[in-house]
Amino acid sequence: MTTRIFGSGIRRREDPRLITGQATYTDDVNLPGMVYAAILRSPHAHARIRSINTDAAKSAPGVLAVYTGADTEGVLNAIPCAWVVPDSDVKAVPYPAIATDTVRYTGDAVAAVVAESRYQAEDALELINVDYEILPANVHAESAMNEGTPQLHEDAPNNQAFHWVAAGGDTDSAFASAEVVVTDTIIQQRLIPNAMEPRSAVASYLSSMGELTIWNTTQNPHIARFVTSLVTGVPEHKIRVIAPEVGGGFGAKIPVYPWEMITAFCSMKLGRPVKWTETRSENYQSSIHGRDHVQTVEIAGTREGKITGIRSVVHAGMGAYLSTAGPGIPTILHGLMYSGPYDIPNIKADVYGVFTNTTPVDAYRGAGRPEATFLVERMVDLLANELNLDPVEIRRRNLIPKFEDGFDISLGLTYDSGDYQGALDKVLEHVNYEDLRRQQAQSRGQVTGNGHHDHGHDHGHDHGHDHGHGHDDQPSATKELIGIGVTTYCEICGIGPSQVAGAVGFGGGLWESAIIRFYATGKVNVFVGTSPHGQGEETTFAQIVSDELGVPVDDVEVIHGDTDNTPMGWGTYGSRTTVISGAAVALSSRKIKDKAIGLAAHLLEAAEEDIEYEDGKFFVRGSPDRSQSIQDIALMANVAWNMPAGMEPGLEASSFYDTPNFTFPFGAHVAVVTVDVDNGHIVLQRYAAVDDCGNQINPMIVEGQVHGGVVQGAGQALWEGAVYDEDGQLLTGSMLDYALPKAHLLPDIETLSTVTPSPHNPLGVKGIGETGTIASTITIYNAVIDALKPFGITRLEMPLTPEKVWQAIQQSGKP
Amino acid sequence: MFAPEFEYHRANTVAEAIDLLSSNPGAKVMAGGHSLIPLLKLRLARPGVVVDIGGVAEMKGITIADGNIRIGALTTHWEIESSSQVAEANSLLAEAAGGIGDTQVRNRGTIGGNLSHADPASDWGTVLTALNATLEIRGPGGATRTASPTDFIVGPLTTTLGETEILTAVNVPVLAANQRAEYAKMAHPASGYAVVGAAVVVNVDGHTCTGASLAVGGAVPAPVRLTSVENALTGKELTFENIEAATAQADNDLGGEILGDFFASAEYRRAMAAVETKHALFHATEVAHH
Repeated sequence: MTTRIFGSGIRRREDPRLITGQATYTDDVNLPGMVYAAILRSPHAHARIRSINTDAAKSAPGVLAVYTGADTEGVLNAIPCAWVVPDSDVKAVPYPAIATDTVRYTGDAVAAVVAESRYQAEDALELINVDYEILPANVHAESAMNEGTPQLHEDAPNNQAFHWVAAGGDTDSAFASAEVVVTDTIIQQRLIPNAMEPRSAVASYLSSMGELTIWNTTQNPHIARFVTSLVTGVPEHKIRVIAPEVGGGFGAKIPVYPWEMITAFCSMKLGRPVKWTETRSENYQSSIHGRDHVQTVEIAGTREGKITGIRSVVHAGMGAYLSTAGPGIPTILHGLMYSGPYDIPNIKADVYGVFTNTTPVDAYRGAGRPEATFLVERMVDLLANELNLDPVEIRRRNLIPKFEDGFDISLGLTYDSGDYQGALDKVLEHVNYEDLRRQQAQSRGQVTGNGHHDHGHDHGHDHGHDHGHGHDDQPSATKELIGIGVTTYCEICGIGPSQVAGAVGFGGGLWESAIIRFYATGKVNVFVGTSPHGQGEETTFAQIVSDELGVPVDDVEVIHGDTDNTPMGWGTYGSRTTVISGAAVALSSRKIKDKAIGLAAHLLEAAEEDIEYEDGKFFVRGSPDRSQSIQDIALMANVAWNMPAGMEPGLEASSFYDTPNFTFPFGAHVAVVTVDVDNGHIVLQRYAAVDDCGNQINPMIVEGQVHGGVVQGAGQALWEGAVYDEDGQLLTGSMLDYALPKAHLLPDIETLSTVTPSPHNPLGVKGIGETGTIASTITIYNAVIDALKPFGITRLEMPLTPEKVWQAIQQSGKP
Repeated sequence: MFAPEFEYHRANTVAEAIDLLSSNPGAKVMAGGHSLIPLLKLRLARPGVVVDIGGVAEMKGITIADGNIRIGALTTHWEIESSSQVAEANSLLAEAAGGIGDTQVRNRGTIGGNLSHADPASDWGTVLTALNATLEIRGPGGATRTASPTDFIVGPLTTTLGETEILTAVNVPVLAANQRAEYAKMAHPASGYAVVGAAVVVNVDGHTCTGASLAVGGAVPAPVRLTSVENALTGKELTFENIEAATAQADNDLGGEILGDFFASAEYRRAMAAVETKHALFHATEVAHH
């Protein structure tokens, strides 16, 4: 066979409409008679509502209605938590769409206004008078369970949302007999997801039919329909959820929020289509946040650097309520991954979920695995530091040797396949690790020795600004230290199987389905239940079909995002869409091929066993001239003039795929940073990533996912962090204060890969959507700490702002 | 992010704009809109009337003559950044303009709007202080006056501009052959604004400093001149040691109030005023090439 379309880096077909403004997002949907909702949000983190006066708002120009919790109570059911992890005493506290008597974070909904225009709705919000009795707030995950801390929910004593423990081996004995133990406290700061498109919903209720249609910017329209049915009481088959173009999600568009339920409620009450789109300020306040762990961690090892155990006590902030998947993130997707790519016999994760007067926390790109990978890789570096071992050497002594079909770790998971040493070797060779260490030694000599006064040429002034003074080859008058971070990681994704979903308390299945339909013209539609929103599966799924059936890739169109015309699916998250839904597409392709062989045999008057297939042609063995193309077959199947006895007309196949196991992509990353000792400013100079996601359908898309992921992880290490004051006011309430990564702050990202197919899915693929984020935060963090080694600094809190670095240097007492 | 209702007027001339301001007390002037519109959207500003001067042609453009660069107040950062004449006449202006915000901001934001808004973290106040710029201000009845940047900017979001006055132009001397200039900024990673910015203009005779004009912003409510550092440097050879010793005195000139927030404390900004000035001086004087 010539060049395969599977594995070819063809351009994303989604992009022309996205970059020319022709895409339709939820906020672009305009219906006749449509009116606009705006939501009044609590300005207080914790308060009792004494009374609400809506009279002035109700009589304001253009206002159709003002609703409070008194109106929705008993009509809208509570927003459900859909991941109730078993054996962990989850307190599924009431989560009303609109607060009734108590508000629990700045952003909690207090009332909704519907008006003829959005401006009128916003103006009317200012006329609602709420009398609050302000209560003391509790904003820190670390102290939420302490005695005397303000309580959020009557049903959750000590603000404990759940307590979950995972253990493998005998951790107590491992630590009791350990030769070396190193401890650390790691703070995974709270992050604010920033999709370009904010949350938005348009609801239209047809009372005559009892039908509710919601355009909803979601990563999982079928789950949204399911939950909307539970909350609104409208039967599931009478609800249609349409996720048109979705402008990024990063996890924040998995949950079902009160806001779209309020929008539906308004439409049902008023009998008119209602649009609600959050402002960026609302996005910061009341779309979910991510991370927020305080981890107390210990690692045990031998003097030779063999890791014998890891244990943690984690306090994970859940925010004020349990969001849709909230409890699953710091538990199943975090605590079970403490082995990383290493063979660690004794592991214990002890995780408390806690309520605080903050925005609810849920899945954010990586979701639990960045927190686990950070924990493991930080502790491995600390152990190396303690034993005076090179970070690469300690990893080599603990990596699981290459395996192709299953490796059982102590926590009970079975990794699918891995070649961790191979990835590490590749990245080290690429960056020339030995040479980097030599450069580092030189930088240390200049800063700590007498070399820093020798009339260097300063270029450290253009922090964060690309003024174009790039004379990197010049000696420097500023004192810059080089730091190198090396990470080997393994993560869990491609989430499924459904049996495991049930066992871990996930309130749904984790299979996917795909229908492939050939038309008489030989053109193809693929209908999938999952809902990609930027990951490029319209392209990669067409590549799968084209590769399996020899139909030109441009003849295949992928349809997704509308519950009325797609089969059931559980959505796009957990780097699962290519793995699970892609497999369903492959299986349906193979069913099509089987039927095509039967029809070809009939048309060619040959036995089925004698039909061979190659490059879109079915022919009689030994007589390639006697052939039918896939397009010929599609035509004959659709017109059905000459079908074999017993064969149904049409050329269409449907498959449901449930995976037997997760996939475990892995890789090795290297970051090189410089730290200016004068002002603490960090520059990420180089980033090299070797990632292994098994077989690659489209290497360009893989590369793009790694780029975006690495940048997002760099954001956590260097710039991003939600900050609340003691009263629960969000100080980082806009992009003026919350620093997202910017292109000019980043180097070119060097992406490489190895290929170790997953043994258990039909395509041999693993997820790649989150690996960059999972690995890059700790890689960059370890590089910065490595740079600061001459000062004896072993920990800093993220984001690594220049002041934190500078203060640590000042306090080190070293020159 | 939805502005409250306001009355909108577009002025075509400076005189017309001043008339509108005179007849509408409390009105706000809008130039590029990059400071005012966010405040309107957050409902932090609620002017009854907005006077849009964006179309006033007489306030646009750059003219260079007789050793003076005259920049109309409505000239955008991008126009300053991209003008080859400006780059040749005063490299510091072009460099500072190029470090403001991002391309979109530079395409719309104006030098006059930036100065009149007087955000303590903005770059122009600091840079124009070091450059000894002169601001032209027009008032009712064609009255004109001038002010130095430090006379104009008195504190955060506070200037000496009257309710019925408009900043119309900025005059900056062309750099002399013996002058070296540089702006060093620690930019906030979110906004690009200066956490601490230091602008330096140094007169050199060979390797000796014969005079200096140094300013710091970002760390302080309004840009300040570093006269102690200027004095310490003048007459000295521009060596690493002399620069480091002189900039260590920056603290003397910062005044009583240092700004601080959760990103960068006052203690840190105070220390960085010296460090950024030092970095700017190193770069301006190319200390390495002695």
